[in-house]
Amino acid sequence: MDFKLTEDRQMLSDTLRRYLADQYTFDFRNSVIDTAPYHSTEKWAELAGLGLIGAFVTEEKGGFGGAGFDLTCVFEEVGRGLCVEPLLGAMMSVRATAECGAEDLVEAQIGGAQRLVLAVFEPEGEALDLIRTTATKSGDAWVLNGRKSVVYGLPGADGVLVAAKTDAGLGLFLTKDAETLDYAMIDGGGAGEVILDNTTATCLSEDATAIIEAALDAGRLALCAEAVGVMQVLTDMTVDYLKQRKQFGRPIASFQALQHRTVDMAIEIEQCRAITILAASKLETAEAGKYVAMAKNLIGRTANLIAEEAIQLHGGIGMTWEYPGSHYAKRLSMIDHQLGDRYAQLYRLMAA
Amino acid sequence: MELRFTPEEEAFRADVKAFLADNLSAEVARKGRNSEGLTKQDMEDWHAALNARGWLAVTWPKEHGGPGWTAVERHIFEEECALAYAPRIVPFGLNMLGPVLLKFGNDAQRSEILPRILDGSDWWCQGYSEPGAGSDLASLKTRAVRDGDEYVINGQKTWTTLGQHANKIFCLVRTSTEGKPQEGISFVLVDMDTPGVELRPIKLLDGGHEVNEVFFTDVRVPVSNLVGEENKGWTIAKYLLTHERTNIAGVGTSTRDLEKLKSLSQQLVRGGRPLSQDPLFAAEMLEVEIDLEAMRVMNLAMLSAAKEGAAPGLQSSMLKIKGTVIRQRIQSLIKTALGAAATPFPAHELPDNARSVPEDAAGATAAYFNNRKLSIFGGSNEIQRNIIAKDMFRS
Ligand SMILES: Cc1cc2nc3c(=O)[nH]c(=O)nc-3n(C[C@H](O)[C@H](O)[C@H](O)COP(=O)(O)OP(=O)(O)OC[C@H]3O[C@@H](n4cnc5c(N)ncnc54)[C@H](O)[C@@H]3O)c2cc1C
Repeated sequence: MDFKLTEDRQMLSDTLRRYLADQYTFDFRNSVIDTAPYHSTEKWAELAGLGLIGAFVTEEKGGFGGAGFDLTCVFEEVGRGLCVEPLLGAMMSVRATAECGAEDLVEAQIGGAQRLVLAVFEPEGEALDLIRTTATKSGDAWVLNGRKSVVYGLPGADGVLVAAKTDAGLGLFLTKDAETLDYAMIDGGGAGEVILDNTTATCLSEDATAIIEAALDAGRLALCAEAVGVMQVLTDMTVDYLKQRKQFGRPIASFQALQHRTVDMAIEIEQCRAITILAASKLETAEAGKYVAMAKNLIGRTANLIAEEAIQLHGGIGMTWEYPGSHYAKRLSMIDHQLGDRYAQLYRLMAA
Repeated sequence: MELRFTPEEEAFRADVKAFLADNLSAEVARKGRNSEGLTKQDMEDWHAALNARGWLAVTWPKEHGGPGWTAVERHIFEEECALAYAPRIVPFGLNMLGPVLLKFGNDAQRSEILPRILDGSDWWCQGYSEPGAGSDLASLKTRAVRDGDEYVINGQKTWTTLGQHANKIFCLVRTSTEGKPQEGISFVLVDMDTPGVELRPIKLLDGGHEVNEVFFTDVRVPVSNLVGEENKGWTIAKYLLTHERTNIAGVGTSTRDLEKLKSLSQQLVRGGRPLSQDPLFAAEMLEVEIDLEAMRVMNLAMLSAAKEGAAPGLQSSMLKIKGTVIRQRIQSLIKTALGAAATPFPAHELPDNARSVPEDAAGATAAYFNNRKLSIFGGSNEIQRNIIAKDMFRS
């Protein structure tokens, strides 16, 4: 048993924490969330420069990390810093392209020259067997038809990796010609819809079901780690606020009714941290899907609880835009909605 | 035991429905259904329509222009309005200041102010809370110092709902620092146009502007703006908080929101089938429906006692807690129902083809976040529990 991070991961995590604390302040974050592309292209380049994208890929595929714990140590810091840079989409994309053996693309992503996003799900739900988008070969090229919904990181992306049905199964295609509709997300960052209408694309793999599912599970694991980071900060903020805030002539932290609720938040975070570690340890195994689903379910339930409790325990202040805690609460609350919610994860477990 | 409404009450319900059908504009109802904000004009128009029918000041007695309804009739009215997505009556002048003036004001105040509330000449807002005085309202610090026949007010109020539309504010101010904090509070009316009153917006987490800070710097108001006796404002504040709370359980709103949830669950497809056929989700919807059915009856029991003249006691604290928890739970399930598509923001500015949920669900996530306020204001749910516990464990 050893629950410590390796030296390399600890270093990456420390570097990222320092960088976000210095360069990605709350005010800076809120200055980019309103206008397209809903993140900072400058900070994005700097994050790639820190080696973040490389940390998502194994050495044999051209990166210098790639294990479950490499993802969790990065995304926990992303959560702590409430960073809205499009790392989720980039991480899933670089792993999927690496698995397809697209070395040039992987190199371009790791170096920061290209930022890709992964477009899998459609308006009708978060399961691969519901995908309707088709890819058909016409001569040397492929054309795509269909629609992808809520693609994370879409605004300003250099290309879209599209999951589409082929004769062989579910293929993965790269297009730079898709029509896109961009929007901001309520918890920060950008996403959008991809409309494919005889859109030309290059084929990375005609049968990529396993690759796509693995990329999504990596994404779910990343969301779990991000949630743990957000929860921790939000709960710390709540504790600090209760200690400072005085009503009835004493700190409201002295009310046991509030203490117990905050303690319950802390216990649930430990549960979330533990199941995220478990899922990270299984990411490279055949049981990845099972443990990631478990983690994402528990995180989804707890994230809602902690977001709601944190706002309530703050009182009116927790409802304001100006107070960072409200933005942490919003981010937390939306994690359950990404890449399959708590119910979707239960259905995966029941089907297994 | 008889859980049915009387034939007269049912006839009254039919009248309310007919009134709504004739008077509620489709555009305003649409905004309500889509969780879009209403303009000041929307709210004023709705007040005017109700006033023309004599239905605006629902808590006032007949001689002052109220409809003279029983608690049950009031409930029926509020329920039907909620179901039709009518705007909520802005409560500050009508349901707060009005009853206060009727009980504690003098004749001059009543005859000058009440008609202006009814005809919409004045828009009142509520200046109770301060940065340092939330749950512990009695610790409020805004000072009013007597100078001849004027008070000079200095201090700050906050969380002032819809203060941006108001020309008047009723305030709790400190007129004495002697004795217990409750003993030095007075209830004073202030014209927002008076020099020294400054309003600043507070943006809430959903991006909306509904609350404000109000600053007072050497604001001079005539002593005749005092309501009741000097230093007896706490009695008025308590009267307001415990007595004139209409519609505390929000049964109508929850019923309406549950209908929306059910309808969405039939329209939205998840995992290859309508969400309504998803057993896990359907179970959650049913559980909240069961909770609502139980609370509906709990609420009727309280109304029926009130109709007989009983003062609402701890039941109203219980209904505040249960009612807000149920409303928030329904909002949370609506947000969950939207899945990944819950995230676009601000939803009402999206082009139609960028939306993958029904139009009336687009603003649901922001509404969910906004409605976290329900368990914070009006005496937080923790404070309500303290009230109940104090009684329960009284020795
Ligand atoms: C959207 C919104 C609109 C509002 N509109 C108005 C308005 O128009 N006019 C107006 O005057 N006010 C208004 N308010 C203010 C509202 O009444 C206060 O927010 C409320 O009284 C709580 O005070 P607080 O926010 O300072 O929280 P605090 O009192 O600081 O409470 C923080 C937390 O501590 C808990 N707590 C406090 N004391 C105790 C205790 N003794 N035991 C256990 N728990 C405790 C609270 O329940 C809460 O969870 C509004 C608030 C909001 C959010």
